[in-house]
Amino acid sequence: MTQTPLITPTLLTSFLATGALASIDVPIAYLEMEVERPPVLTNLDPVPDDLGRMGAQLGLADNATTGGFMGHNYTLNDSVVPLGEDWLDAARAVLADHRIVVVNAPADALLALADLPEAEGALIFNARAEEEALREVDCRTNVLHTMPSYAMRADALMQFLVSRRWGDLVMITGQREADMAFAQALRDSASKFGARIRAEREWDMSSDMRRNIGQEFPVFTQDFPSHHVMLVADEAGDFGPFLEFNAWEPRPVAGSAGARPDAWSDRVEAYGAAQLQLRFKRLADRPMGALDYAAWAAVRSVGEAVTRLNTADAGDIRDYILGDAFELAAFKGAAITYRDWNGQMRQPMPVATRTALVAMTPMPGFLHQSNTLDTLGRDRPETACTAFD
Amino acid sequence: MIRNSVSTLALTAFLATPAIAQEVWVSNERDATISVIDVTSMEVVETIQVGARPRGLMFSHDYKVAYLCASDDSTIQVIDVETREILHNLPSGENPETFALHPDNRHIWISNEDDNITSVLDVEDRRIVAQIPVGVEPEGKAINRAGTIAITTSETTNMAHWIDTESFEIFHNSLVGSRPRHAEFTSDDARLFVSAEIGGGLHVFDTETFEELAEIRFEIPDVHPHDVQPVGFKLTEDMSRVYVALGPANRIAVVDAQTYEVLGYHQVGRRVWHMAMSQDETKLFTTNGVSGDVTIIDLVRGEPVKTVKVGRFPWGAAYRPADS
Repeated sequence: MTQTPLITPTLLTSFLATGALASIDVPIAYLEMEVERPPVLTNLDPVPDDLGRMGAQLGLADNATTGGFMGHNYTLNDSVVPLGEDWLDAARAVLADHRIVVVNAPADALLALADLPEAEGALIFNARAEEEALREVDCRTNVLHTMPSYAMRADALMQFLVSRRWGDLVMITGQREADMAFAQALRDSASKFGARIRAEREWDMSSDMRRNIGQEFPVFTQDFPSHHVMLVADEAGDFGPFLEFNAWEPRPVAGSAGARPDAWSDRVEAYGAAQLQLRFKRLADRPMGALDYAAWAAVRSVGEAVTRLNTADAGDIRDYILGDAFELAAFKGAAITYRDWNGQMRQPMPVATRTALVAMTPMPGFLHQSNTLDTLGRDRPETACTAFD
Repeated sequence: MIRNSVSTLALTAFLATPAIAQEVWVSNERDATISVIDVTSMEVVETIQVGARPRGLMFSHDYKVAYLCASDDSTIQVIDVETREILHNLPSGENPETFALHPDNRHIWISNEDDNITSVLDVEDRRIVAQIPVGVEPEGKAINRAGTIAITTSETTNMAHWIDTESFEIFHNSLVGSRPRHAEFTSDDARLFVSAEIGGGLHVFDTETFEELAEIRFEIPDVHPHDVQPVGFKLTEDMSRVYVALGPANRIAVVDAQTYEVLGYHQVGRRVWHMAMSQDETKLFTTNGVSGDVTIIDLVRGEPVKTVKVGRFPWGAAYRPADS
């Protein structure tokens, strides 16, 4: 852009054009708990320190542009609670002057925050924790979830595999809590969609690393029964990335590594996503991850509700988001809405490798009586969440 | 031998009469080309190499040149209609996606998708004369016949911005459904139509009062409502019909533009985005993004008559009448 005349005066007048509207302040908080990251086999892909936070910042920028025309003044107060500092003290302080909080924290920390007296009537977005229980027995009416659950991710992958008629599977799981949770979701999903996990093995990290990976994994996978695809539940990205091309059988890898189902992938470009990816890259100087997407969607959901309602009241915003009128254009091909029985955001989900999109789920042919997006994850009749009734 | 001399003859005959037949030009987003379709033969007769990620495409009001948004080259390319040569590149601001030509045939209003800006380009002086901040991801552009109002729709802000073409000021914002993609005025300038891709409706506004007159909705048997995503549309000159491309529903809706009743649907190729209409309004040419083809609908017979393969991800389409 070589010429930028008139920007300042016109910007001013465009605001003035709607200046008759009463201005509304919409303060949003983003609160993150720093967590210790487990050591992994390779350090080539460090987890960005601002994962999630940059997504919230982009959501703020998107909201602010619209807000400029509407007289809505959005702010984002983002803070990280360092290791060793008191999480709930920080949460109380944030809740004292913010009724809308986007949380990037593990499940137990999120629940503890949501159960604070100060959190009553607040609107809390879970942008990180994938645990099923948060949407089921531990659901809270003041918590909405923009991050998909383990079950949603597993269903997305399983729909793809079943569509390809690749129903014979084996699975390798890590030993960490998240690995076991995702592995269980994959087992449940295989049974839901009629696939077969014919054998499982745990990677116990005690292998003889005096030999290299190319010698270790073939032996480890040698006596698996015949299969179409090897599933891996290794959520920290520890050994999973090394499985492909190093197993006994030349089979594709899917799950935590290989073809990975997730809330987002930087490989998505259809549905206008190329623009979102570019906006994010300009802001954060790195590709957009699932956590960024979940935080972005939370802030944008608030923006969409405020735009339509012309209020910043957390209760009104929550009710609107859970209602029939809400829909958010979120660059995945279908409007984003929320499940009114547990506050989970419905969403199409990409299955992608590091280099290319494999499929956008739900896959064609997986039908549902009211919303095909509800073929991903637990559906209304199965829910154990009663708080929303 | 015989065949050779015939084709030589045909060639010379062609050269002797440089007049061009009716054509539809189609921009192929992922191929960096324009496919030229001869309307009479309904075949691709030429493929023009253009800049990166070509999208918005239109002819000047005198049909002497074509303008093309080469989005990823951040330029508007000017193409000679007869020689098919790119004459020059015009400044456009970054990543131009769509545009509209003012009735003065001189000013092009451009949506700069990644910068939340509408740029106004003077094609004679070859410079940007104004840049107007709008909502996030500006897309649809329309200018009324009187030349007094320009519309920009912002996909993520979900608004149609009404801009005064003299002062370059936004004088009104209309909230619409999610992801507004395209806007058009009726030929009498009295109404404005705006499509909302994710919202799933076609909004109609009164241009005097800004009041929303209708939101046209589409229900297609055996098509999931999620897949009904209105993108491009065309109004007829007599304002009796509006034809609406419904994206992944793979349909063109035929709507009564007076009563807003949906009269029927035509099946077309996959993920239909935009369209061009012949001047006599008897034929419609739809760009089908995913299937990489153009469906030609005979509007008199009321049915698709041919599918023409073009390049990858055809996006924009523009019609030009025969040289007289």
